[in-house]
Amino acid sequence: MPRIGVFVCQCGNNIESTVDTRKVAEEMKDLPGVVFTCSYKFMCSSPGQEMLKEMIKKHDLDGVVVSACSPHMHEATFRKACEKAGLNPYRCEITNIREQCSWVHPDKTKKTGTLKSMDLTRMTIERLKRNRPLKTISMSVTRRALVIGGGIAGIQAALDMAEGGIEVILVEKEPSIGGNMARLSETFPTMDCSQCILTPKMVEAELNENIKLYTYSEVEKVDGYIGNFTVTIRKKARYVKEELCTGCGECWEKCPYKAESEFEMELKERKVIYTPFPQSVPNIPVIDAPDCVMIQKGKCGVCAKVCGPKAIDFEQKDEFIEEKIGAIVVATGYELMPNERFGEYGYGKIKDVISGLQFERLASSSGPTGGRIVRPSDGKEPETVVFIQCVGSRDEKKGVAYCSKVCCMYTAKHTMLYKHKVHHGQAYVFYMDIRSGGKRYEEFVRRAIEHDGAMYLRGRVSRVYEKDGKVIVQGADTLSGTQVEIEADMVVLATAMVPRGSAVELAQRLGIGYDKYGFYNEYHPKLRPVETVNAGIYLAGTCIGPMDIPDSVSMGSAAASKVLSLFAKEKLAREPIVAHVDTPVCNACWDCLTACPYKAIEKEGIRDREGNIVRWHAKVNEGVCQGCGVCVAACRSKCIDLAGYRDEEVFAAINAF
Amino acid sequence: MKIPYYPGCTLNTVAKGFDLSARESARTLGFELAELEQWSCCGASFPLTPDNIIGLTSPAKVLIDAAKMDPVVTTLCSVCYNVLKRTAETLAEDTERQKVVEDFIEERYNPSIEVLHFVEILRDRIGFEKVKEKVKRPLGGIKAASYYGCMLLRPFKTMGIDRAEAPTVMEELLEALGLEPVEFPKKIECCGAHLAMTREDVVAKLSGDVIESATGCGAELVVTSCPLCQYNLEEAQSRAIEERRDWKTVPIVYFTQLLGYAMGQTEGVACFDKNRWDARELFKEKGVGSCQG
Repeated sequence: MPRIGVFVCQCGNNIESTVDTRKVAEEMKDLPGVVFTCSYKFMCSSPGQEMLKEMIKKHDLDGVVVSACSPHMHEATFRKACEKAGLNPYRCEITNIREQCSWVHPDKTKKTGTLKSMDLTRMTIERLKRNRPLKTISMSVTRRALVIGGGIAGIQAALDMAEGGIEVILVEKEPSIGGNMARLSETFPTMDCSQCILTPKMVEAELNENIKLYTYSEVEKVDGYIGNFTVTIRKKARYVKEELCTGCGECWEKCPYKAESEFEMELKERKVIYTPFPQSVPNIPVIDAPDCVMIQKGKCGVCAKVCGPKAIDFEQKDEFIEEKIGAIVVATGYELMPNERFGEYGYGKIKDVISGLQFERLASSSGPTGGRIVRPSDGKEPETVVFIQCVGSRDEKKGVAYCSKVCCMYTAKHTMLYKHKVHHGQAYVFYMDIRSGGKRYEEFVRRAIEHDGAMYLRGRVSRVYEKDGKVIVQGADTLSGTQVEIEADMVVLATAMVPRGSAVELAQRLGIGYDKYGFYNEYHPKLRPVETVNAGIYLAGTCIGPMDIPDSVSMGSAAASKVLSLFAKEKLAREPIVAHVDTPVCNACWDCLTACPYKAIEKEGIRDREGNIVRWHAKVNEGVCQGCGVCVAACRSKCIDLAGYRDEEVFAAINAF
Repeated sequence: MKIPYYPGCTLNTVAKGFDLSARESARTLGFELAELEQWSCCGASFPLTPDNIIGLTSPAKVLIDAAKMDPVVTTLCSVCYNVLKRTAETLAEDTERQKVVEDFIEERYNPSIEVLHFVEILRDRIGFEKVKEKVKRPLGGIKAASYYGCMLLRPFKTMGIDRAEAPTVMEELLEALGLEPVEFPKKIECCGAHLAMTREDVVAKLSGDVIESATGCGAELVVTSCPLCQYNLEEAQSRAIEERRDWKTVPIVYFTQLLGYAMGQTEGVACFDKNRWDARELFKEKGVGSCQG
């Protein structure tokens, strides 16, 4: 016969006001297998826990039911207390009589609440009678981490982990790390130069001996589970031997062919053999194969001729590298919504309508104009610039429903940069609301308006068109209730931030969640903001949603600290709430395999003495399983059970109702 | 090929040239606009208020009658096209409203009905290339502005006739007819629509802006597919010449008038004389429009 103790918590008045806890305790006393019951003011308090431990020893209890708040709150507390008293922690079960009972049944006569509490407690007791002691699962761990994406968030995560003594593999798909931040001119609200604060970090990442850099590379395949991933990295052909190249620049000086520069947002041309920008890390060029005359037609080869160390290799092929790692930080960043979609703003058609990132390049001292703000069409200094905010953001019909968060700030910054460079110029901003929450942010916007004279107009722009070399902007000023028409020289669109085009594909490869836009889902948006549902995979930066540099950096550090604490343990321990397959019964229909959202089910073969596979069955990878129970429901031969929630236990609880 | 055709009230009265030239053009291009045996008013834009069911009955009846011939119906007037297409979408998506409408008019509604604008038929079923082959009176050198207005394009998702903010279908047709399309910024702005009844000043301003924007870009002719736009633009010009000496008037024509005329129809069909400013004078002035073969 089991020896069960039932502890009913009053939670001050939270439970007691609508549940007669003494009566509940009294009622449970006579149930078979129950040897001790009580009602107590605060079970979670230290004296409460002490009392629990004492009673376990005094009555030699082999199981404990605590009827109190939600198990999300104090299950861990009570299980720990039980463990200290020598009981298997999984022999302690919680009944939720607060959130799901006392709080929702405000019956002051206490009748409803008391009866329901009795039912719930009785169900837990029956379940407890049948559940088995469980042991935490321990797994080995490979102490190396992978960071996908070499923007500021990824760099920060890599540096922090490397600092903590972990070997880090940083994979970046572009020829250089740096990401979008490398494109920015100055940063709000301090107006320090973006490259000046970013490039030291880039160099640090290159020089740190714990960081292995794979640029111009992509993650091709991910297998395994927390602590034990295997990834395949595709190292795209650079056509330059990295070990030989000195980065002298002779090749791109002499290359006779040009193509549009991706880094300069099509405002400038680059050579066909190129590094994206002067401070590229690594400072090793790549050949843009589709545009290279040598690779396409077999003629030219100038770069190979001028290369001193003979580093050019036109025969180079993509390389596939396998790496074993224990954790992954995803920091793939953002791109701008293609604004060809907004025909009313003439983008793509009118040369002097540019995106925010293009403006950054114009304002940047290392940009295509050396920091002179000029019109792309004729190179003249614009006297009037109109900034249009929320292009695509907060526009469910044509764009996305969310706010891109940084545009209000960078538009204010743009107006200031413009005013600082073109003193007689006038900046106009069409806005919906000015969202400037953040340390010193509102002050920054006020400065743009009051000190640098940016004219803010609250309203939308209906049309932008060209007339006699000017860009005419038609819009509404809703505060004065008038229509306005501005003859501008240049228009800058604050286009919505969207996830990378390849974000969804990568999420599916990694087995992590994403929203309808393709932004990655956190495990919990508030309390577990850098974790994903797939244990061992963490997030950082704008792949989660629009955010600014400080937020991206914080998240990079947060993800790194998560990995470091994961790696701090000798063995990884995890909750034993995982599914188990009763292998002789499994008929290998693989319904579970298709049902499992975490790719935790594997096929396993049973071999005869000769080593031939004679039968297949499903096997649960305990490292990956999240204990959701979907496979249990999907299994037609009823051969899968979830530890702690076996059918026997669940049905016993239901029958006790 | 016979395509069920819903002319609508205006085309039966003041915009006769719009209607006649379209029918004649269809014949020239090898198909027939088969007018519905019975039809009523589409309801103008009133049936599309969200809570109105009774208003849907009139366009629904048109769609039901058309579907008896062929599950497709074409129309010329932008407003009729807008109302019919949006009604078709509403009834196909909202089965509850469909049921109420069916019960009221005591007929079954066929949700597979497709509403096509005449220009869509020219583009997708006939092809502008074929139209080009049929041109007998090339209108070369005439700078024409295509004024789309609102109803042909909006709401963008439902109408889907062309790219939302930068449509080109009309320009492509005009090009096929030998005209020189003029790009102008206000081609999808509102003309003022029904405010013609209550706020003539607003209409005069909006429509006047449209014309000025077009002529400012060099247009000698404004082309439309909406009788209300046509009326408002003409009215705005009449007011403008009274107020402004420098105002240069341009003919406001329906696209089928040009289509039929270019394809060599007798001049009477297009009823250019029914427009306030006769486009033939422009043709004469430019020395185009004489029949070749």
